[in-house]
Amino acid sequence: MAKNVLSRLPEIQLPDGQLPEWEQPVVTEKSEPEPVVRPGSPDLSRRTFVAVSTALGAAMLLPAAPAQVTTDAPPELVSVALKVNGKTHALKLDPRTSLLDTLREHLGLTGTKKTCNQGACGACTVYVDGVRINACLALTVMHDGQSVTTIEGLAQGDALHPMQASFIVHDGFQCGYCTSGQIMSGVSVIKEGHAGSDAEIREWMSGNLCRCGCYVGILAAVKEVRDAGV
Amino acid sequence: MSPAVGQPIPRKEGRAKVTGRARFAAEYPIRGVVHAIPVLSTISRGRISSIDTAAAQAAPGVLAVLTHLNAPKLPYRPFERPLETSTRVGVFFKPLRDDVIRFNRQYVAVVVATTLEQAEAAAALVRVSYAPLRAISSFEEGLSAAHQPREKGSRGLPYQRGDPELAFAAAAVRVDQRYTIPTEHHNPLETHATIAVWNGNQLTLYDKSQWVKGVQQHAALAFGIPYDQVRVLSPFVGGAFGSALRPWAHIDLAAMAAQVVKRPVKLSLTREAMYGTTGFRPETRMRVRLGANASGTLTAVMHEAWGQTSTYEEYTENTLDATRLMYAVPNLSTVPRLVPMHVSTPQYMRGPGEATGMFALETALDELAVALRMDPVALRIKNEPLADPESKLPWSLRSYVQTMQLGAERFGWARRTPAVGSMKDGGLLIGMGMAGATYPALRFPTSARIRMNLSGSVTVLSAATDIGPGTYTSMAQVAADAVGLDVALVNVELADSKLPYAHAQGASALFASLSPAVREAGRQLARQLAARAVADQRSPLYGLKAETLTAVNGGLSGAGKRESYAALMARSDAPLEVHLTSAPPMSAPKQSTHCFGSHFVEVSVDPDVLEVRVRRVVSAFGVGRVVNPRTAHSQAVGGIIGGIGMALHEQTHTDPRYGRIMNANLSEYLIPVHADVPPIEAVYLDEVDYAIGPLGAKGLGELPIVGVAAAISNAVYHATGKRVRDLPITIEKLL
Ligand code: FES
Ligand code: FES
Repeated sequence: MAKNVLSRLPEIQLPDGQLPEWEQPVVTEKSEPEPVVRPGSPDLSRRTFVAVSTALGAAMLLPAAPAQVTTDAPPELVSVALKVNGKTHALKLDPRTSLLDTLREHLGLTGTKKTCNQGACGACTVYVDGVRINACLALTVMHDGQSVTTIEGLAQGDALHPMQASFIVHDGFQCGYCTSGQIMSGVSVIKEGHAGSDAEIREWMSGNLCRCGCYVGILAAVKEVRDAGV
Repeated sequence: MSPAVGQPIPRKEGRAKVTGRARFAAEYPIRGVVHAIPVLSTISRGRISSIDTAAAQAAPGVLAVLTHLNAPKLPYRPFERPLETSTRVGVFFKPLRDDVIRFNRQYVAVVVATTLEQAEAAAALVRVSYAPLRAISSFEEGLSAAHQPREKGSRGLPYQRGDPELAFAAAAVRVDQRYTIPTEHHNPLETHATIAVWNGNQLTLYDKSQWVKGVQQHAALAFGIPYDQVRVLSPFVGGAFGSALRPWAHIDLAAMAAQVVKRPVKLSLTREAMYGTTGFRPETRMRVRLGANASGTLTAVMHEAWGQTSTYEEYTENTLDATRLMYAVPNLSTVPRLVPMHVSTPQYMRGPGEATGMFALETALDELAVALRMDPVALRIKNEPLADPESKLPWSLRSYVQTMQLGAERFGWARRTPAVGSMKDGGLLIGMGMAGATYPALRFPTSARIRMNLSGSVTVLSAATDIGPGTYTSMAQVAADAVGLDVALVNVELADSKLPYAHAQGASALFASLSPAVREAGRQLARQLAARAVADQRSPLYGLKAETLTAVNGGLSGAGKRESYAALMARSDAPLEVHLTSAPPMSAPKQSTHCFGSHFVEVSVDPDVLEVRVRRVVSAFGVGRVVNPRTAHSQAVGGIIGGIGMALHEQTHTDPRYGRIMNANLSEYLIPVHADVPPIEAVYLDEVDYAIGPLGAKGLGELPIVGVAAAISNAVYHATGKRVRDLPITIEKLL
């Protein structure tokens, strides 16, 4: 086995498990919390805005910080009724559970994807009462009694939704991880009336990232479904 | 029946992916699975002075809190030689082994709890105190300890031919510039995840991997158990781009935690944790010197690179390889150097090395073209080498010039007026730029098994993965042609370490490695079936000579007679299998085999706010045979979009004081979104290169990203007269 490369770098040598004598600790400090980004602070980008505004929303719902909730009083499970793809589920959930984690970890509906968990990528797009939202930014308790549609509920039995079929034809994916969210958004963009031009589709689909870079095929798929008028 | 290879067959796994049924690593429904959340260091270098886990331990649902103080000491038996996808020099990072912090967001603890919410909440309760040391967190500081790589071979050693210093000094026209690419993160949309399940001393890992056989070996050695007691599955991978080529420490954490709590454990990294331990493209600074005579013939090329690495491993990439073979120049040197910093180890990211080095070389060439008042395409054609200038071997097929001619024609390059700022559209400045691309064609030993089922359908089995290029589909095409049946009747099963050995899906090598095995196994299968048929009185083919039969349309035919595979197999009581390994020839290569391409880009620049938009891209590639035009087009477009990200968006920002990555998320680490992507035309030359294998297909995953950033930066120069040599090209650099 090769020797540790540190031997080449005497000035920063740090052998396993011991401090070089010449270099004493400068400070002993507690782990620092991440700086909080607030709306209005100069480095707030278009993508963080969603995360920040929802984080504030969540904070309003749970006035104490999550850590304190856990130490002082373990959260009671709460009952939530959720209709998912036409089927009603009576759930007992930790109130901190996001809609995304409810779908993936409690209902076994893993078609909705987790990528950023902060509203920046759209992989978790689902419909709540017909409107598209990022499921990672929603707490399930906020949607008690509401109706959720996921990618698993888009096809009619064996018959694919036209958007699903069109994604296959135009090869609108490679790895397939963003695909559920792209398809859910693609359907919505047409329904919302934002699929007029290529530029408009691109703009209104820009909340759905694709790292494989399948945007050309995705655009073609959305246009085909728009033109078919379904 | 026309061959399936070459047809734009839709993806085999398409339905599974558009319905959300394709299962990725974290999505297996495992009974009793519990959740692990790692705690990440907040310093970049030093030691853990104390770690308080009491509150976490007492939190509801918590099953274990592991730190370096109580984690089991895994045996980590030594590798005979390091995995080919791992770093060759150094000692890889082992989690929770000691109190030493080597990089920021290093794992310092892992919390296991019954639910995800409990694990997340409890992880926030772990209190870690550190004795920090000053870390080398800026490249400038790291440069003082820069050194030559210890790795030997083409990428580690300096190279020289002729006398480049002398030729450069004597050159009529010279370019001497420095170029930088920043640290970039792979950021596949699926974060790395592992579910570890122990059954006695058998370990099953559902893992995000580009090489299940590599993970199997790693895990077996880490836990000191025989290889065959580890099974790794990774049938769907949500993108990786290199980040899942080598086994990372979270796999050890998941399996270790599962051992401790005696339950299956799911460990899904957060996006933030993806900026800790799962690799990145290293920041690389380069100096390029070009010398040419007045008519544009290159006389000297010198290319030096300084690439970021960690302090515990030496990560060396092929940054300078392309420079040595791209153009005919008698005097040339390349010098690689490493810059150790307190970061985790970099890892191959799409087009590793070539994407970095070619940004510098192809931008410098544009600068030379400007200095010579020469068309950039003409300059490149003028310096076209007849044989590989480094190895002196003849090219098996070098279609660089053809890609430039085709690309230029499709793009309308002739309409470009060379003067800076001379093209406008309304109030916008228009720039047109081009650059070349290359990537080697590689092939590794790989095995496959092919099975004729009783129904007459065929199953292909291999441990290879499909991270998105379309291996499920292309292998079905290869098998369909080899056995002689419709591609719809071929099933492909991949990415289970129990299946025949396959090399990693990387370096654009998987198709060229796996397809010969699948093809030859399929042909042998057809031959065995023919032998069976002619020996079987119940077959219409009885008594014919097996070698006169043809395998076509789902059966065998000859002498005007025919029997379908389904009919033949109906008389059989077991499926028929052929297992085969295929390896490239052991003898020294007689030809130099590479892929080539070129990109033509149009940008607009708003003169008031200096916003750069890519308006259209035309790229042409010569990669040998294109097996599936539909999936190949997606791969090319995807690579080009990755290149747009490199050029305009991507940069990992590190606080130079503390070494902490400041944009460890997808909000502030920008990747191209829909609105950033213009119409893209990617065309492939109609060609075949049999030097690499019997299908004549070289591989196309890495090539398309190479050179894109240079083409864009050259276009920006054409529009504005500003030469941006440090990526990404952001507004302030155009002021
Ligand atoms: S996972 Fe919800 S937006 Fe990224
Ligand atoms: S298909 Fe891989 S991220 Fe979109």
